[in-house]
Amino acid sequence: MAETLSPLDTVLRAGRYANTAAKIGVTLSEVSPGSIVQVAAWPDTEAKVLEGIAKTTKLKLGGEPGAGAVSGNVAAFGIAPGRFLVISEDEGLADRLLGAIPATVGSVTDLSHGRTAIRIEGEKAEWLLAKFFAVDFSKAKFPVGRGVSTNHHDVFAQIQRRTENCFEVYVFRSFARSFWKALCHGAEENGYEVR
Amino acid sequence: MLITCPYCGPRDVVEFTYQGDGNRTRPDPASTDLNAWNAYVYDRVNIAGDQNEIWQHSGGCRTHLAVTRNTLTHKISSVRSTHAEPPAPPKPARKKPRAKA
Ligand SMILES: [Zn+2]
Repeated sequence: MAETLSPLDTVLRAGRYANTAAKIGVTLSEVSPGSIVQVAAWPDTEAKVLEGIAKTTKLKLGGEPGAGAVSGNVAAFGIAPGRFLVISEDEGLADRLLGAIPATVGSVTDLSHGRTAIRIEGEKAEWLLAKFFAVDFSKAKFPVGRGVSTNHHDVFAQIQRRTENCFEVYVFRSFARSFWKALCHGAEENGYEVR
Repeated sequence: MLITCPYCGPRDVVEFTYQGDGNRTRPDPASTDLNAWNAYVYDRVNIAGDQNEIWQHSGGCRTHLAVTRNTLTHKISSVRSTHAEPPAPPKPARKKPRAKA
């Protein structure tokens, strides 16, 4: 597969920034998953699509809105009725999903080069996200694995809680640099680290 | 204003795109009835009160929604996916048995 070029290359510089006197509560980094794939069911094939995702990734997703799962180097979550985002550190996930989900069951779209994945980690991660999105990110309402489709102004974002204090945000790559800069500004008052 | 998307739950109105009057019926595409097309394109009831509208959760799950919104108060009384069956009309109330004369 062609090497993915990051739109963040010109702005992402590791280090500690802004209010470094504060206890750094949030770390920003770019994750470069080998695969980001959208899977969509036809109106009556959602259960079969979920089976296909489970067969390929061993992830069991409930059909309820936003339900997701994380295990090892794969993750998936619901982004819309009958639609799921599946992410893997490995390349070639779209081909493997296609093997389990033929066109009669659903559609598999490889978005790996179309999205940029940003990791927001640390005890202030919830606080930073809450500055940008009108969504309840508390652990009770947004447990590990859960995902959401939302937007910040016109920047469409899909967000999943990966661990207790770690979120991954998937944005269109053409918006990624601007969104990254906005995230950095949002984190300034508390100090942040870039890795 | 919040719209409660059946998939995503309550979300701020900025995540939604207004797609217009939900009462229109498109004439058969083969129709050459100019009055029917004129009505479809231009005529709006412009209700002061509960109005049927189409919205899209464009900044979320992207579902098209049939919304009933009060144009005076912005109160939203119902939201459903346009793919979902419209709710059945309310059953007529049972007639009270007439008191015997
Ligand atoms: Zn929605």
